[in-house]
Amino acid sequence: MQTTTTTYEPVIGLETHVQLQTRSKMFCSCSANYAGAEPNTHVCPVCLALPGVLPVINKQAVEYALMTGLALNCENPDATKFDRKNYPYPDLLKGYQISQYDLPFSVNGWLTVDVDGQMSRVGITRAHLEEDTAKLIHRRENGTAYSLLDVNRSGVPLLEVVSEPDIRSPAEARAYVQKMRLIVQTLGVSTGNMEDGAMRCDVNVSLRPAGAEAFGVKVEVKNLNSARSVQRALEYEIERQTRALERGERIIQETRGWDDDRGTTVSQRSKEEAHDYRYFPEPDLPPVFVSREWIAELRGRLPELPDARRERYMHEFELSPYDAVQLTSALATSRFFEAVVGLYPKPKIVANWIQGELSRIAHERDAEIDSTGVTPEALGELLTLIDQGTISQATAKQLLEEVAASGQSPRALVAERGLAQISDEGELERAVAEAIAANPQAVADFHAGKAQAMGFLTGQVMKATRGKANPGVVNEILRRQLAS
Amino acid sequence: MEPHELTIHQALDAMRRGDLSSVDLTEAYLRRIEQHDGAVRAYLTVTGDRARDEARRADARRQDGEDAPLLGIPLALKDIFCTSGIETTCGSRILKGFVPPYDATVVRRLSDAGAVLLGKTNMDEFAMGSSTENSAFQQTHNPWDLERVPGGSSGGSAASVAAGLAAAALGTDTGGSIRQPAALCGVVGMKPTYGRVSRYGVIAFASSLDQVGPFARDVADCALMLRVISGLDPSDSTSLPDAVPDYPAGLDTDLHGMRIGVPDEYFVQGMEPGVESAVRRAVDTLVELGAEVGAVSMPHTEYALAAYYLIAPAEASANLARYDSVKYGYRSPGTTTVLDAYLRTRGEGFGPEVKRRIMLGTYALSAGYYDAFYVKAQKVRTLIKADFDRAFESFDALVAPTSPSVAFPLGAKTSDPLAMYLSDVCTLPVSLAGLPGLSLPCGLSDGLPVGLQVIGPALGEATVLRVAAAYERASGWRPTIPPLPLGEAGEAR
Repeated sequence: MQTTTTTYEPVIGLETHVQLQTRSKMFCSCSANYAGAEPNTHVCPVCLALPGVLPVINKQAVEYALMTGLALNCENPDATKFDRKNYPYPDLLKGYQISQYDLPFSVNGWLTVDVDGQMSRVGITRAHLEEDTAKLIHRRENGTAYSLLDVNRSGVPLLEVVSEPDIRSPAEARAYVQKMRLIVQTLGVSTGNMEDGAMRCDVNVSLRPAGAEAFGVKVEVKNLNSARSVQRALEYEIERQTRALERGERIIQETRGWDDDRGTTVSQRSKEEAHDYRYFPEPDLPPVFVSREWIAELRGRLPELPDARRERYMHEFELSPYDAVQLTSALATSRFFEAVVGLYPKPKIVANWIQGELSRIAHERDAEIDSTGVTPEALGELLTLIDQGTISQATAKQLLEEVAASGQSPRALVAERGLAQISDEGELERAVAEAIAANPQAVADFHAGKAQAMGFLTGQVMKATRGKANPGVVNEILRRQLAS
Repeated sequence: MEPHELTIHQALDAMRRGDLSSVDLTEAYLRRIEQHDGAVRAYLTVTGDRARDEARRADARRQDGEDAPLLGIPLALKDIFCTSGIETTCGSRILKGFVPPYDATVVRRLSDAGAVLLGKTNMDEFAMGSSTENSAFQQTHNPWDLERVPGGSSGGSAASVAAGLAAAALGTDTGGSIRQPAALCGVVGMKPTYGRVSRYGVIAFASSLDQVGPFARDVADCALMLRVISGLDPSDSTSLPDAVPDYPAGLDTDLHGMRIGVPDEYFVQGMEPGVESAVRRAVDTLVELGAEVGAVSMPHTEYALAAYYLIAPAEASANLARYDSVKYGYRSPGTTTVLDAYLRTRGEGFGPEVKRRIMLGTYALSAGYYDAFYVKAQKVRTLIKADFDRAFESFDALVAPTSPSVAFPLGAKTSDPLAMYLSDVCTLPVSLAGLPGLSLPCGLSDGLPVGLQVIGPALGEATVLRVAAAYERASGWRPTIPPLPLGEAGEAR
């Protein structure tokens, strides 16, 4: 039994495979856009690995890789090359994968992650290009097991990004995944969609006593299909390893699969003996020379990246750091936000509505900010109507739901339902006077110093006008009439 | 002259004059194949009907006033070239029955030039061998002596041209597999600069060494074939963008002032005296032609064999990994698991030499050995190339023997793989350096052909052809088809 309790610190690194949205596959001119296609229709002699075929480098994939490297603050060496990674498996048609071993396109970068307002930097060791494998579909029919091969995916370009083991918590890992997705989406190089496999993550996690320098035994976890799974899997795995260490057991270096339904990791194979891939330089492809001019040209083509956008929101729109982070956390959100601000130039108000009401509706409908049914035009119009005094804040909130549900414009709905506020001073003067006359006790209470009497009287006016009175104007008139 | 005795140039002249049709020429070759390939066994597949169709179409095009560089000329292709709709085995059981759905680039270029395909020729399995004794299907016999090997791995193609069973042929050369069989069969054979000719559709053995080249009756025919197949191919990332010179032109120039080096180290110990004297006589002829001939040392020559037999098998071990029973080719019957299918299929489908080289190559690349073997061999390769670079500072071309021996008897070297490997000592260094090399006949030794090798600097094919053509003119050698028996001879493998 241990006599002291050791606190363990998790050391986490992530390997992310990003499927690049190029027109063609990495080494042949088949269409890379195979989603929804019949099996084995996006194939040619090259990606089918027929005898005699040769690879040709997809330039767009190289550009996407270099741009992603730049977005990750990496260095891009002058010369890179491809290598053969050799291992036998039916989904690897050539018996080797064309990948990169020791001279990848990008090295030594970093990205920033935000975890509950705490910013931290996670190092990027390297990013390299390789080709995706074919897909194996396993079936069982009448007791016989067999497997089918769909070659559509074989040869689609993948960018493998390896992080430094800088991540220290499951939440930080999740934030890393979300930031990576945001970056590739912003660049337009990938959908970053984990559910359909456009982005895949494996994590490596080990524990060491807090304050120790040496790394503990590393476990790899695969089959993580969302940022949330990454977090959950790490939470489970850290717990499992902690309990094992506390029992005095040694952690086995191995690969484990995440079982999302059960919420556990399951041992898959021992990683004791690392597979010898017998890497050697790909003799069918010349080295790729990356000139500084090319890098400069690509850097010039980079769109505004999330961190820069966040800074801009704070300076140009004078949003708080919190708001800026929230609004730039997803591409759909920042695009929506800027579209609204373009129509209704009051960023703080737009920010509040997006983070408040619109987010709530999005969450209820399990939708993104830009697919709730509320368009930027509609939100802009709604906020303008409030400013104009046509509707109150409260009415507007209700209206937003209706706009989302019906797709009709706020103006149309206001007209249809006669929701326009009564702001006509004359009409309101009369209504206030009537309320005062009808509620002498409340008036007396107000004059006696009870502030809530004011609220009561306002409420009476609102009731009498069926909620349509402009509360701000009512308040003002009430004060005047009561004072006199 | 009989139609099958005509060179390509002579046949084209005759066809242009209207004295010969492609149909007649093709029928003549098909008849000869029927009569004599039973003895020579150069062909694995004869595409008779297709050849007749192509010949008819070639004649029709010519009637319409068209011409093309090889219009109506019947050719043979080593079974390493993917030919759409025609079985392509690469000499291996593991590809028996494989019918490619596409044509190799060189096949398309020959077809565009109007050539007629007679069939696919025998070869050492996956181009691994120097005698065509490693074919999974049959043994090809040297037309000069049917008890002897034609050389390899392009033995079938060399024999087809030597025996008058094709006007010309294509082969591949990785360590000497065009030049050495050309020498042993008494024909002209050339390996161009690495990258000069597209490898797309050529079943890969060693990616950084494989090159496509022609077999022909004479140097002029060889130049013509080379011109048709050369040039940049976007499907082959290692093919060179340099313009293709008009190789057939400029073959008439003399050698005055041409500096020709003779590398000391190529006259290896154990070289047959008859071979050495034929080659030395050829060098004397070059001197008589006005060339400035001098000795040159290429000190790293002796390491070429070792470097080659690490690099080539290493690349081959990866190139042959795709033959896994899953997608095409042979699958061992009755297997129920993937691993079982892999092991049994490859165990049964590959021959012993192929297995030897896959194991050698895998070993040379494996962790702990990669640096000592594969990387070291590549570094030695650079030194070998540097020897050539230095030599070409002082010389325009080099000449040497192609093979240390004439054709050896069937079975003479099959029990000792290393002895077989030594057949290529004169050709390997040129392959490693990626330089152009040609072999042409320079006499007989004990009635068997001897080959003279002409080596040029990178993209120096024109110089090589020029030297070869001048020697050919002066030597008085005429394309010779040895007499052949009718019908069967020897056993099929």
